[in-house]
Amino acid sequence: MNTIEVKDINKSYEKGKVTALKNVSFNVGKGELFGLIGPDGAGKTTIFRLLTTLLIPDSGEAKVLGYDIVKDYKQIRNLVGYMPGKFSLYADLTIEENLNFFATLFGTTIEENYHLIKDIYEQIAPFKKRRAGKLSGGMKQKLALCCALIHKPEVLFLDEPTTGIDPVSRVELWDMLQKLKTEGITILASTPYMDEAVRCDRVALIQEGEILNIDTPDNITGQFNKKLYAIKAGNMYALLKALKQYPETDNSYAFGEYAHVIVNGDVENLKSFLEKQGISGIEVRNTLPTIEDTFIAESYKP
Amino acid sequence: MIKHKIYKQFTAFIRKEFYHVFRDRKTLLIMFVLPVVQILLFGFALTNEVKNARLLIVNPTENAVSGQIISKIKASKYFTVTNVAHNTTDMESYFKSGNIQCALIFPSGFNTTSLKNNTIQIITDGTDPNFSKTVTNYLNAIIGEYLQERSMLQQVPLQINSEVRMLYNPEMNGSMVFIPGVIALIMMIVCCTLTAVAIVREKEFGSMEVLLVSPLKPILVLVAKALPYLVLSIINLIVILLMSRFALGVPIRGSLLLLFAESILFIITCLAFGLVISNSTNSQSAAMLISMMGMLLPTLLFTGFLFPLENMPIGFQWFANIVPARWYFLIVNDVMIKGLSFSGVWKETLVLIGMSVTLLSISMLKFKTRLQ
Repeated sequence: MNTIEVKDINKSYEKGKVTALKNVSFNVGKGELFGLIGPDGAGKTTIFRLLTTLLIPDSGEAKVLGYDIVKDYKQIRNLVGYMPGKFSLYADLTIEENLNFFATLFGTTIEENYHLIKDIYEQIAPFKKRRAGKLSGGMKQKLALCCALIHKPEVLFLDEPTTGIDPVSRVELWDMLQKLKTEGITILASTPYMDEAVRCDRVALIQEGEILNIDTPDNITGQFNKKLYAIKAGNMYALLKALKQYPETDNSYAFGEYAHVIVNGDVENLKSFLEKQGISGIEVRNTLPTIEDTFIAESYKP
Repeated sequence: MIKHKIYKQFTAFIRKEFYHVFRDRKTLLIMFVLPVVQILLFGFALTNEVKNARLLIVNPTENAVSGQIISKIKASKYFTVTNVAHNTTDMESYFKSGNIQCALIFPSGFNTTSLKNNTIQIITDGTDPNFSKTVTNYLNAIIGEYLQERSMLQQVPLQINSEVRMLYNPEMNGSMVFIPGVIALIMMIVCCTLTAVAIVREKEFGSMEVLLVSPLKPILVLVAKALPYLVLSIINLIVILLMSRFALGVPIRGSLLLLFAESILFIITCLAFGLVISNSTNSQSAAMLISMMGMLLPTLLFTGFLFPLENMPIGFQWFANIVPARWYFLIVNDVMIKGLSFSGVWKETLVLIGMSVTLLSISMLKFKTRLQ
């Protein structure tokens, strides 16, 4: 049995005017770290709210730990941990008070499950008398994670746990999730950052309420069957404009300090085209596709 | 075991709620400073009693009678005699400059023995009709009193005297009128507004999402939210009663226990109203606005402590009946000032119970266990 089963879920808001999810289906196995990857507004938060029984789907069904999200919502609420995208702890309570409150709320104590949160909590423990509202973004997320974990949930729902925090804390947070996996906790996490997808066992790429692809990060990038070039030039803006004009360009976009290009035919032809356009300092190299490249390729409709 | 767990959840929740109250300066201010300020304001600053009205006396013919009347007026606390003149030449300019608010004019050749020159004229500034009426009554009363005293000495064979007695408030302490009203007003602000805002705040900050996805029964969230405000309101009530008793000299004639029981009933009505508001809004500012417009304003206007209900159009009088504070105001007035027992207020009590039950049922029915 899968820990999370989602089948043909449709969800719309404002009496059907805004479609949030279209025929979404996916399964998450026990102990899996599953990532929902997609830009803002893709429908990630709606999936979380459905699975945490906060919303009811228009059609389709979903089960968490074998319980139906509509009928058995009470059971689900006892067994899962949920960390919403927005910081939702009490800003006027200290770290310690927040944690204590949520532990008691779930009928447990900090001591009972301390081993689960130990690694995370030790980092914020020096500030435990500080009010949550005065913490940095990274510390807030760590505290929120502690609060979601304190009752040893069987499934952990993390809605954009790394949004708004610094790169170092992001890496740390994913390290922690990897560790939690070893405790047998199933984790569903979402992120708008494509580079975090590789930290998941499997990911679902989602855009505009539709799932584009579900697979392991390696397989997803493996499915990228076109040659990808990274190009750099003195004037990036002129380069991107010229790439769009080149007739054999399949797709091109800025990617960090490079432009990524999928091009038909010989890349040397492109190079000479660019030189003719007066672009100097051109540097072309082969590059391996990332999840982001796949995502762009999947969502790109010429 | 399970019971024990629920109890622990509940107390943790209530402790958290008290943290919120005591760490938020604004809540504390509304909770404890506002009542004190209101009592002091209504008690000492805002009063419709007339004291020290500035009076001009025009007395062309000085004699024993006018002298006695003038000294009687001077002795009363209602008037300050600013000028005594022999003619009325400057009177109008005094009125215009605001030097005087009223004038008492003896006719020239004033005496009480002839029928010709015995009319005293009273002139007041009519821009404030209430003030004018009060001043006129006071002056008439002083003159009447003087005449009565005199006629008693002279043994006039037949005369009708009226003896006035103001029941329950013989010294005309204005505080007695508004204290019940202010209590109702403060309870409304503290219970209704603060409870509504406290719950909506959880929605606005997103913590309601986390609370819902927890084993805690949603109804317990409501109860745990409301309970601290019930306790704080009772403390507030004690403060108000102590202040009105010892600072303003308003007596508590009826049973203190009954007064408290009725107050708790009213607090529950307000809490229930706050819960209904919190269920139907998602932002603190909306909750604030609704409770202000929906409760505070009607409480001020339709309880009868600022404006007499009897003078209002019939539609407003009907509307006043659905304002809970109106019934509580009657109860406090009856129990505290008049000293009635439960048999005197059972009807009002029944109305409040009915309102509480209705509002509580609405809030329970409307409470959402989900986000939509």
